[in-house]
Amino acid sequence: MGLSRESMGIKSVDCGLEIKKRKEDDKVIALAGNPNVGKSTVFNQLTGMNQHTGNWPGKTVANAQGWCSDGQQGYVMVDIPGCYSLMAHSTEEEVARDFICFENPDAVVVVCDATCLERNLNLVLQIMEATTKVVVCVNLMDEAKKKKISLHLDMLEQRLGVPVAGTAARSNQGLDQIYTGLKRCLEQTEEEGEKPALIQYPQYIEDAIARLLPAIEQVAKGKEEARWLCARLLDANDNLMEAVRKYRKPVAETEEVTSCLAEIWEEWKAAGITQEQVSDDMAAVFINKAEDLCKGIVEYENQTYNRKDRKLDWIFTSKATGFPIMFLVLLGIFWITITGANYPSELISNVLFKLEAWLVGLADASGVPVIITELLIHGVYRVLAWVVSVMLPPMAIFFPLFTLLEDFGYLPRVAFNLDRCFKKCSACGKQALTM
Amino acid sequence: MSENICLADLKRGQKAVIAKLAAYDDMRRRLQDIGIIEGTTVECLGKSPLGDPTAFLIRGAVIALRSEDSGRVLVQSNGEEKANRHFGKEMVAAAVSLEE
Repeated sequence: MGLSRESMGIKSVDCGLEIKKRKEDDKVIALAGNPNVGKSTVFNQLTGMNQHTGNWPGKTVANAQGWCSDGQQGYVMVDIPGCYSLMAHSTEEEVARDFICFENPDAVVVVCDATCLERNLNLVLQIMEATTKVVVCVNLMDEAKKKKISLHLDMLEQRLGVPVAGTAARSNQGLDQIYTGLKRCLEQTEEEGEKPALIQYPQYIEDAIARLLPAIEQVAKGKEEARWLCARLLDANDNLMEAVRKYRKPVAETEEVTSCLAEIWEEWKAAGITQEQVSDDMAAVFINKAEDLCKGIVEYENQTYNRKDRKLDWIFTSKATGFPIMFLVLLGIFWITITGANYPSELISNVLFKLEAWLVGLADASGVPVIITELLIHGVYRVLAWVVSVMLPPMAIFFPLFTLLEDFGYLPRVAFNLDRCFKKCSACGKQALTM
Repeated sequence: MSENICLADLKRGQKAVIAKLAAYDDMRRRLQDIGIIEGTTVECLGKSPLGDPTAFLIRGAVIALRSEDSGRVLVQSNGEEKANRHFGKEMVAAAVSLEE
């Protein structure tokens, strides 16, 4: 996005988010997930807060936190910006990665979209590589049910080896499972938490990790982190190196580590393995693992589950009908807003102006000086009355209508239709919604 | 029967298998993170009314890509036969642009 870090408020996070615990033993829980999977809804339901949620990605830009409790244990929930990956590069993703990997939350809840679990597992796997204290929350179960997708979450739990909770946060279902999951996750001892790594890289990378591990283990905080750091160092992502330097200075600057890394790279170079291939192989491992994990877990009861959806999409975005329908819908909304608002507007202004006349009468009768009557009633009150009667009804009509469109899922289609126009002004289609 | 074309060349309804990524650094990783790696089957779901972006079905998710990005993904289409079978059958399009 074309916004600077400062304007997005991320700077404050960079300088260290201050975690506000109510009690000393409150646990810090990071709430991560892909964009647009209902993370903020889960956050709001858990904490009883009212952060704005919306049907487009990138709602949560900076970390927000809230406090909640399951009765005994207090948790500080930190809502992390949505991201597809920890290895990437947008500011949101950096914020997410730095918090999860380097700020040591007590556990991470990864929120997933039940309607496309496979894609979401990429992030789950990446987070699980960095920490074992993970609870997977498969959200939008209601949506999946509507689309006739059945998910065997018990199987997923078995395969991943971490607690899995199926939720429908919008209707407040299954959120208690998150608490039980967290409890199980936090109570497990060091040894119980030790499982074989889910992600197995190609042999040449595994060999390199094995060589690098002893050097890293001396300086890293835990076993998982050591393995994760090895893999990331071999990936040689500049951006990540910067973060490692910032948060784990010893790791980045030990003589042993740097010489070992240089050695490995030298050998790879000799063997004709390019840096690009290494990072390709690393990315592919996660995607393929996610595919494997989903086999047998996700079942489409009805192969044509999205036929209706697609028919609608065709109507809303085809060359012939996409634009006319869009204009009609927007025009319709504005028309309803403007004409529909006239009636309540008139009503409100009538009532308010009657009240004004009555106030003036009252002021006259009680002998208030004319200048004050003029100032307060004919001045302040009248302006206020006008503003309220003109502005309130359109807003009261427009925003519910807009929310309706959002629920219906029309807004992403508008963004899709208009992206080209916005690209010309170096923006992107999502910004159409703001206008 | 196979030829190398890029993702942007696909017509709606056409399926193809990813062969090679010609994007680099950040964009490459980004494409990989949404599941575009060698061997993945993608289906073109349709273009936006202005011809760009295009919606693709990638590993169960509908994703819109601008042509400047989808043009960097080389795919292997299984020739005309398959294309005809899927062409016009049905069409999908919905997604938010990937760009951020």
